[in-house]
Amino acid sequence: MRFGIVVFPGSNCDHDVYHAVKHVLGQEARFVWHKSTDLDGSEVVILPGGFSYGDYLRTGALARHSPVMQEVVAFAKRGGPVLGICNGFQILLEAGLLPGAMLRNRGLRFVCEEVELKADGRATRFTSKLSPGDRFRLPIAHAEGNYTADGATLDRLEGEGRVVLRYCDVAGRVTDEANPNGSARGIAGIANEQGNVVGMMPHPERACEPILGNDAGRRIFESVLG
Amino acid sequence: MTVPPVLEGAALVERARKAGLTEDELRRIERMLGRTPNTLEIGLFGAMWSEHCSYKSSRHLLKRLPTSGPRVVVGPGENAGIVDIGDGLGVAFKMESHNHPSYLEPYQGAATGVGGILRDVFTMGARPIALMDALRFGRPEHPKTRKLLNGVVAGIAGYGNAIGVPVVGGDVAFDATYDGNILVNVLALGIVETDRIFLGRAEGVGNPILYVGARTGRDGIRGATMASASFGEGSEELRPTVQVGDPFYEKLLLEACLELFKKDAIVGIQDMGAAGLISSSSEMASRSGAGVRLHIDQVPRREEGMTPEECMLSESQERMLLVAARGREREVVELFEKWDLAAAVIGEVTNTGRLDVYEGDTLVATLPARALTDDAPKYDRPQRKPSDLESRWIDIDAPALSDPGQAILAMLARPTIASKRWVYRQFDHMVRVGTVVLPGRGDAAVVRILGTPKAVGIAVGSSARFCALDPKLGSRLTMMACARNLACVGAEPLAVTDCLNFGDPSIPEVSWQLAESIDGIADACRALGIPVVSGNVSLYNDTEGASIQPTPMIGMVGLLDDAERTCDVAFKRAGDRILLLGRLTGELGGSELLASQGRLEGRPPMLDGALELSVQRAVRDMIRAGRLASAHDCSEGGLAVALAESCLAGNVGATVAIESRLAPSALLFSEEPSRVIVSCAPGQLDAVRAIAASHQAPVVDLGAVGGIALEIAGVARLDPDAMREAYEHALPRIAGDE
Repeated sequence: MRFGIVVFPGSNCDHDVYHAVKHVLGQEARFVWHKSTDLDGSEVVILPGGFSYGDYLRTGALARHSPVMQEVVAFAKRGGPVLGICNGFQILLEAGLLPGAMLRNRGLRFVCEEVELKADGRATRFTSKLSPGDRFRLPIAHAEGNYTADGATLDRLEGEGRVVLRYCDVAGRVTDEANPNGSARGIAGIANEQGNVVGMMPHPERACEPILGNDAGRRIFESVLG
Repeated sequence: MTVPPVLEGAALVERARKAGLTEDELRRIERMLGRTPNTLEIGLFGAMWSEHCSYKSSRHLLKRLPTSGPRVVVGPGENAGIVDIGDGLGVAFKMESHNHPSYLEPYQGAATGVGGILRDVFTMGARPIALMDALRFGRPEHPKTRKLLNGVVAGIAGYGNAIGVPVVGGDVAFDATYDGNILVNVLALGIVETDRIFLGRAEGVGNPILYVGARTGRDGIRGATMASASFGEGSEELRPTVQVGDPFYEKLLLEACLELFKKDAIVGIQDMGAAGLISSSSEMASRSGAGVRLHIDQVPRREEGMTPEECMLSESQERMLLVAARGREREVVELFEKWDLAAAVIGEVTNTGRLDVYEGDTLVATLPARALTDDAPKYDRPQRKPSDLESRWIDIDAPALSDPGQAILAMLARPTIASKRWVYRQFDHMVRVGTVVLPGRGDAAVVRILGTPKAVGIAVGSSARFCALDPKLGSRLTMMACARNLACVGAEPLAVTDCLNFGDPSIPEVSWQLAESIDGIADACRALGIPVVSGNVSLYNDTEGASIQPTPMIGMVGLLDDAERTCDVAFKRAGDRILLLGRLTGELGGSELLASQGRLEGRPPMLDGALELSVQRAVRDMIRAGRLASAHDCSEGGLAVALAESCLAGNVGATVAIESRLAPSALLFSEEPSRVIVSCAPGQLDAVRAIAASHQAPVVDLGAVGGIALEIAGVARLDPDAMREAYEHALPRIAGDE
């Protein structure tokens, strides 16, 4: 499959996603410059992590105005699979492809560590290889991953099975102690109604090889390969 | 446009003094020029002859360091050193201090320290892949420590996380000696193709000189001069001399430069770091024996009305000076504009050997480039051994421990020993998917080199208490500790970068410490067969006459041919055997145990060079042969701390029994060198012993992994919750998070 990895000024996980997709999963990967007005034939679009435009305004707020985002939105509306990781998730929220917003982490500090997660909700293009309740670990690295939305939106996301990843403890319980950033209802990842657009704070591309001590992230990319 | 005035008499001397020059230095300049410098020229000399830029008190001593070797591609004197690692690749690395600015303004001081050292590495053509930080703070209870710790860590995080270069490890310690002068040393390492290295040279008469990156403002003016003086009353007012960083600009500059390096459009390039435009232009000219003509009004600015002196001395961040091949300047400018960065031709290379600065048509400064750089004064400062040193070399009787278990817990909670998770959790240490051994897991960081099976190991540290008691031996011990840390991850040492953090060199005792320390580093380099390829010297870490203890910070880089053949400190499986490579002599001089009693005394432990190398070779071979489950250097806090850390990292217990006539305090807390605790599956035991024997490395049986508690037979039994409580909470408490 042909993966397009969008490069905004300030993206810094673009090379990592490229490495995971191309060298670990053996797929075709190419970078798509943010000023580009087409997606270069991409069959999967990934918005990687980083600090687009320095994130001096709200995270992702400027990136969503990049020319390429019009194409990404149109691609998503056509049902094309789009995955936003970390800053990419924040950009999807700003672009209105996913509901809700991000706040500063509860502890107000940047947090980089591996966290316990569990799969939840219904299968999406990026979680079809996971079953609800599956537990695994993935790295997080962010200062603004405290997901928030109004109660009705959160109820709807849960009711429609669109919460796809949650922070949990080793027993799979979604607890306050196991929540690294204060995210509402322990939400680590969500999907749109059609299940083709997914945003997540954890970095699956950092956990695709045994030499890195963890290859749980492969399943996210393998899901979209079908 | 007017030529800056030439002053006379007392006004001249006063102007020079404000620029950081002594009257003797002023007279020396007059003799070199055959005339009195104008006020702008005095400002340029003041910056370039500062200790920070000229190394005037240390240059003659640094000559004692070995700097060559078969793997050295670029040695000291360039922006960073480069060492060959095969496959057409090299590692470019350097460590640099940002001590003074970080004390005045911790967030920006530390952030711009990261930015500056990254530019030093990528200006060589290297893609930065790792950062390490070595930090020293004052006592935890000192009123400034909390703010400084929070600010420095946030500054490193703010810059490193945004630019996307992982902070893969470091070294953090607390001591009263740093109450008034903290140390912020940052190491950056990058990968470069050895046939595409770029140097800071201005070559080719008529070639255009370009300014690229962020615009120039009034920040950081005379920062180099500030960093070359002691702190005193009113030092807080120096805050405007601290630069302000913008990692987003740096990220753009990094990517733009790396894109530029793929073309053959440039001849040389240098970061505008300390002393900004004047240092980059004069250093590039004097390295090539060329001259440069600068048109100061062409410099992109973000403030109105800046004087030529402000433009030349500004330390605004995220800027580079480069020399393009004639005719290629348009291409260079367009490339930087694509990345939304300023780029302008501001001068050209000449053959005059002079630095000529024009404002409009007016020549406002004209100086021989070498007068600013190579011909700066060199001071062979008087040296004196501290008179109280030998009185500290007393024999240490092992203190009695009323409760060894409690003593171990207290040691685990010492801020210098305790977990640094609070620090590295704030750093993105996994970006670039290269970090094979994560911070807190290994004695050294291990970062793989994508596209090859190889990895680099990086260790940093300084045994400052040993250096205070005996700077030469302490420096040798520091070097060997770094090499041993590399051995514990399976890496073979390649080369060293150093930050020599010392006090006021006009104090003879400080100059003696510096000389002794350099001799110690040189000795250890020869023993290990490795050179020093880059580094810096930070003097005047001194407040109101009180200098810091000598702190030669060492960054040592090693190579792993197979990134998979590495090791961390964590005990893995119940039943694995635990062994000590090395000996147990129980020396306690300069140990953390004595420090915990407020005692800085004793002689640092003896270093048996042959034993040390045997142990390093043995553990490295064991790891390369895939025989070990864990390896952990036994150093700060001694055997007890090393065992506890291996248990905590592996989330498993251990039972050890040690046959020894040593008192418990000496057995548990001696910090003697040349010792490594390893664990292996029982089936590997014979192979492990055979490798040890082949290197004549002594082996002591310690026990086995298992259970949940750490049990040291006849001495103490520690349950994991108590160890974790002591080990994990010290730093969050200092920081005010708990």
